[in-house]
Amino acid sequence: MLGLNKKDTTLLIIVVIMTMFAPFILNPFPETSQLAQFNAGYPDLMQRFVIFGIFAIGFNILFGLTGYLSFGHAAFLGVGSYAGVWMMKLLTMNVIPAILMSMIVAGLFSILVGYISLRRSGIYFSILTLAFAQMSFSLAYSVLTPITNGETGLQLALDDPRILGVSQVAGSIPPASLFGLAMRDSYEMTLGGWAFTFNVGYYLCAVVMIVAFYIAIRIFRSPFGLMLKAVKSNQQRLNYTGVNSKPYTFAAFVISGMYAGLAGGLMVAMDPLAGAERMQWTASGEVVLMTILGGAGTLFGPVLGAGFIKYFENIFSKINDTILHQWFAALPDGIEDTLVFLIHPFIGKGWHLTLGIVFMLVVIFLPGGIMEGIRRIVDLFKRRSPKDEVSGGAVPSAKAAE
Amino acid sequence: MSGFRGTISRRNLLKTTAASGIVLATPTIFTSKAWSQGAFLNDPAKSGKLILGFNVPQTGPYADEGADELRAYRLAVEHLNGEGDGGMLGTFSSKALQGTGILGNKVGYVTGDTQTKSDAARASAKSMIEKDGAIMITGGSSSGVAVAVQALCQEAGVIFMAGLTHSNDTTGKDRRANGFRHFFNSYMSGAALAPVLNNAYGSDRKAYHLTADYNWGYTTEEAITSATEAMGWETVETVKTPLAATDFSAYITPVLQSDADVLVLNHYGGNMVNSLTNAVQFGLRDRVVNGKNFEIIVPLYSRLMAKGAGANVKGIFGSTNWHWSLEDEGSKAFVKSFGTKYGFPPSQAAHTCYVQTLLYADAVERAGSFNPCAVVEALEDFEFDGLGNGKTLYRGADHQCFKDVLVVRGKENPSSEFDLLEIVEVTPVDQVTYDPDHPQFAGGALGTCNPGA
Repeated sequence: MLGLNKKDTTLLIIVVIMTMFAPFILNPFPETSQLAQFNAGYPDLMQRFVIFGIFAIGFNILFGLTGYLSFGHAAFLGVGSYAGVWMMKLLTMNVIPAILMSMIVAGLFSILVGYISLRRSGIYFSILTLAFAQMSFSLAYSVLTPITNGETGLQLALDDPRILGVSQVAGSIPPASLFGLAMRDSYEMTLGGWAFTFNVGYYLCAVVMIVAFYIAIRIFRSPFGLMLKAVKSNQQRLNYTGVNSKPYTFAAFVISGMYAGLAGGLMVAMDPLAGAERMQWTASGEVVLMTILGGAGTLFGPVLGAGFIKYFENIFSKINDTILHQWFAALPDGIEDTLVFLIHPFIGKGWHLTLGIVFMLVVIFLPGGIMEGIRRIVDLFKRRSPKDEVSGGAVPSAKAAE
Repeated sequence: MSGFRGTISRRNLLKTTAASGIVLATPTIFTSKAWSQGAFLNDPAKSGKLILGFNVPQTGPYADEGADELRAYRLAVEHLNGEGDGGMLGTFSSKALQGTGILGNKVGYVTGDTQTKSDAARASAKSMIEKDGAIMITGGSSSGVAVAVQALCQEAGVIFMAGLTHSNDTTGKDRRANGFRHFFNSYMSGAALAPVLNNAYGSDRKAYHLTADYNWGYTTEEAITSATEAMGWETVETVKTPLAATDFSAYITPVLQSDADVLVLNHYGGNMVNSLTNAVQFGLRDRVVNGKNFEIIVPLYSRLMAKGAGANVKGIFGSTNWHWSLEDEGSKAFVKSFGTKYGFPPSQAAHTCYVQTLLYADAVERAGSFNPCAVVEALEDFEFDGLGNGKTLYRGADHQCFKDVLVVRGKENPSSEFDLLEIVEVTPVDQVTYDPDHPQFAGGALGTCNPGA
């Protein structure tokens, strides 16, 4: 179907089902229960899951296929965001021009960065991209304040022109919308103790992610993708056989830059503000973590990794001591306090610590990321030797993907 | 579809699932937001819980302030729910609050980490609104974050009670109908400091500015230069320093080579601690230029910063929103209950956050509704007293509080580790009042309040 083989079709269908039913899947606990703390099915986080999923899918096209480790991908996301907000300020609150312009601007910027950075490979390439990203961050943070609004972040104002739309509706900024469907509109469904939220913005992001995922599958399976894998396995040999590998890596770089721009555009479509921090090196590092955690070079791994990290960032960071005390309230005071004391460093602002430990465990015991873990579990049940598995699943990242 | 024949049963299953989902959803369509009229977002009457969102920096450069803000919020929640000694509830001029929660609802809260980043702060605020059902968001220790979160609350339709934010823009060009600020601002600092500086250092001075390179720095620099130039000072040079900088020696050296005799440090938090320490190490305070002693000024002071800079702050002028050594009833009550609970006096960040929570609760109580539009109406042009700053007005035109401003100086002989600042002058409110469309605040519009549904 759609030019995919059976395995890939299944994978695509799994992704479609997971994204479409995410409001159910992510809200497994009833509203009133203690465990409702762990529900992730609210619009903002669901949007983040898929948007960072797109970002990671794009990053994986570069890193997973060619092995070029870019440490500056957040710059493209940031540039895309600024372009998107400007479209909303100048043209219209319809998200289509904003998203398209984000991709175009990020693409152009990645042509510039890629042209220079791809002259080197390995660690030098990483450093060059890192330098570019930090440079963009500093520019956005201070020198380019008229364009980026510096530290505050670029946001909409009541007196923006919006020549194709309206500046304001009854004294407030019109919401970002898709032909009249406001991104922040939600439909809430209550089923017994459960509440599920279906958000317009989320479904737009989800559809875009499915398309992005489909394109990524096609790239992975194409002769072009094969050439990129050849670059990863041994670029020197490829060059000696007379193949000029540079156009291939360059194209992969620009494609993944545009994916990042798309993610940036969607971010502002969901929440029309572009902060300079999203270009900082920590943001670039985050997407590297996502990809490695999920499984570099696998199709679905980066999406899982993105979800995993965003879940930690948004759910674990909100657990505070009061909530811990509630959980352990049934225990005797002394034990309760000890438990809270022991868990305290790992929750709230300590979520980085928890994530760090999980990351270390994954890298040490599952070098292929979460996808390798899933594959091992599947193998366990199928009782087949791992050699038979040639799925769109995981292979340790040290080897060529799939 | 040929390769797909074997999975027909799964498709059927999915179809059935989807269909039954729709059927189950039909009766609930009337509870959907799109269908309810005259309602507002996160109505406690509907959800049965009253949640306030405390969005403060728990990590990053302002983590100290954030921690203190959180302490103040916990205290405020206690007092609102009738626990503890009631703090400022007893001294507040409005007697609507009885210590029985807000409109009879027990106050609950959620906390989040802004990381002092606009993006992270908005994400955290969004999850409070969407997931936890927060009806009001408050906190923050940076103007960039305050402006970003205020805009978000306007879009989403909840009230934002700004925490520590000193930039003119929060109630200037980025003002919003759903946002309120109790803290003072750069303009007020300039207006309050200028006469004191004039008395202390004379009207013939050359000032050199080092400014933190972000929104707050710019407005503070603008406010201080215009206020000091109005009384005859000359601005020699203004230099922007990166927010992330920790070593300012490279910026201090040029000061030595200029003929400036005053250094203004438009820095806050860790920045100010480092730049002031560097300036003192370079012997600036022992210098004599143009026959005058070289002086240093820090427009926005806080006790936490004074503590960080240690002995270097002695004799240095600055302004502050509130100080725990104030002798009025409200301040004494607050310092007492804060001190009893935590063992040390509160900072100005803690004070403003505590007061904001009380003001919000009081406005809801007086309005008789949690509807953001009713709350906005109750807060606009609301005059109150007994919250530590004397008579105060919440101006309706820009949602800024107008009250006396404290000019303080680093104490020469501190008696304890908290007793670092002495109040030099309490600048009366008339002297720091300005028009809503003053050039430093122009270009913004409140818009209309948004109840979010």
